[in-house]
Amino acid sequence: MSAETRNYTLKVWRQSGSSAKGEIKTYEMKNVSVGASFLEMFDQLNEQLLANGEDPVAFDHDCREGICGMCSMYINGRPHGPDTGITTCQLHMRTFPDGETIYVEPWRAKPFPVIKDLTVDRGAFDRIIQAGGYVSVNTGNAQDANEILIPKAIADEAMDAAACIGCGACVAACKNASAMLFVSAKVSQLAVLPQGKSESSRRAQNMLAQMDSEGFGACTNTGACSSECPKEISLTHIARLNREYLRNRFTLNDVEEFQPIKKPDYLDFGV
Amino acid sequence: MSWLSTTLTSSIGRKIVMALTGLFLCTFLIVHLVGNFQLLAGDGGVKFNLYAKFMTTFPLVKALSYGLYAGFALHIIQGLMLIQSNKAARGANNYAYSKPEANSSWTSRSMGLLGMIILLFFVGHMAQFWGQMHFGTMPMVTIDGIEHKDLFKLVSEAFKQPLFVGLYVLSMVALGFHLWHGFQSAFQTLGLNHQKYSPFVEKAGYGFAVVVPIGYAIIPIIMFLS
Ligand code: HEM
Ligand code: SF4
Ligand code: FES
Repeated sequence: MSAETRNYTLKVWRQSGSSAKGEIKTYEMKNVSVGASFLEMFDQLNEQLLANGEDPVAFDHDCREGICGMCSMYINGRPHGPDTGITTCQLHMRTFPDGETIYVEPWRAKPFPVIKDLTVDRGAFDRIIQAGGYVSVNTGNAQDANEILIPKAIADEAMDAAACIGCGACVAACKNASAMLFVSAKVSQLAVLPQGKSESSRRAQNMLAQMDSEGFGACTNTGACSSECPKEISLTHIARLNREYLRNRFTLNDVEEFQPIKKPDYLDFGV
Repeated sequence: MSWLSTTLTSSIGRKIVMALTGLFLCTFLIVHLVGNFQLLAGDGGVKFNLYAKFMTTFPLVKALSYGLYAGFALHIIQGLMLIQSNKAARGANNYAYSKPEANSSWTSRSMGLLGMIILLFFVGHMAQFWGQMHFGTMPMVTIDGIEHKDLFKLVSEAFKQPLFVGLYVLSMVALGFHLWHGFQSAFQTLGLNHQKYSPFVEKAGYGFAVVVPIGYAIIPIIMFLS
């Protein structure tokens, strides 16, 4: 690993609890290795804070290899920072010139309340999945692979959608804090395959109803979500979601409405 | 609520209303523009005044015009409500530092602002020409022995003033930007996305967004200069 190090000025959002008033605090970082990931740089900051007897910065992280979607940070005005197609854990300090001032803020969306500092409650996404992001029909034992023929193009389409890691960067980037890209990926990954097809429009309706009840905005087709998505989920999935939704609303012979799932009390992180 | 109102008030339903009314207004823009070009006929306004009379008195056109008012009203009311609710979805705290230009176009992020400019123009336009034509006292002109309201005179007087011409042209620029994003966006909203046709829709939208506003703007400019 390179021995080169750089210095930075960090402007980090600090908020002691969900109902506390937050503010941007400034920290000076010295001798950060250019090989360090952005999260490792934050580990270094927290060591520094602990050594000074200060409260370390709370931030979400888990896999540190771009697959869990936890590392939500709005860095220098963009979700997951300046590079495209990556998460924060995949962002490296060599991207930032020496002496740079770096702003780090939590995802900003009404349905993603701040729990502490940079951590936000993304339970709204779980409830959207709970509303229909699964196959409920019993598909029985695994069949012989050649029994259900799926063209390569369709399989690719489903796999592209299934790459979504539920990070919420799409919501963070969208000027309307809309969750349409996430919902569309979760609808698409099942809608194009035989096991998921039979429930696809009902699923779209229920997941959208949950998305709306959580307070996410509507889609203006700005494309900010797709540009910032670490998995580069395409806007075509949003068009499919719209189609599935309309098909369900106007053709399905059923008027029963989905009752949105309430946020459980025990998940209220308020102080 | 009935299934229909639940559909139309969902986030996708509200966007469907925007897309359908938006595209409907696009067809209106073509018809209105064709009419406007008669201002340039160079016949002292005979053709234009006869056309204006036809448009305000022929029963079928009158019936269609109510559909148009409804389309405008729906697009505007729904637009204003979307601006408000989309803004609220961000929450109490906004970003201290944000760089949206890195991930999306200015036009796509400014549909609300552009819509508001068009709305201001629309209000002024309705008061100045439509309101006068329908409810005001108009100068009269005799064509083939029959008295007609002289809308041509009203328009050509207005377009002698640089302020009106300037505001008119500026509003058309805003309309152009609104359509630059809006045209193809409406198709995406309606779920009409296809690898073979979407590139065509996109290009047609860009063409429409340039040609139609220029068509409108060129008329007051020519009338001002001549
Ligand atoms: C002749 C005039 C107009 C035309 C042809 C027009 C056309 C369109 C079209 C095609 C769209 C795209 C719909 C979509 O994304 O699905 C749109 C969106 C929009 N329009 Fe208009 N429009 C006009 C006037 C106005 C006015 C007066 C307002 C005033 C509030 C307005 C506000 C909006 C807003 C806010 C959106 C974006 C909605 C969203 O996606 O969040 N428009 N318009
Ligand atoms: S669509 Fe992309 S940005 Fe949105 S949650 Fe999924 S992976 Fe993250
Ligand atoms: S920590 Fe898992 S994706 Fe970044």
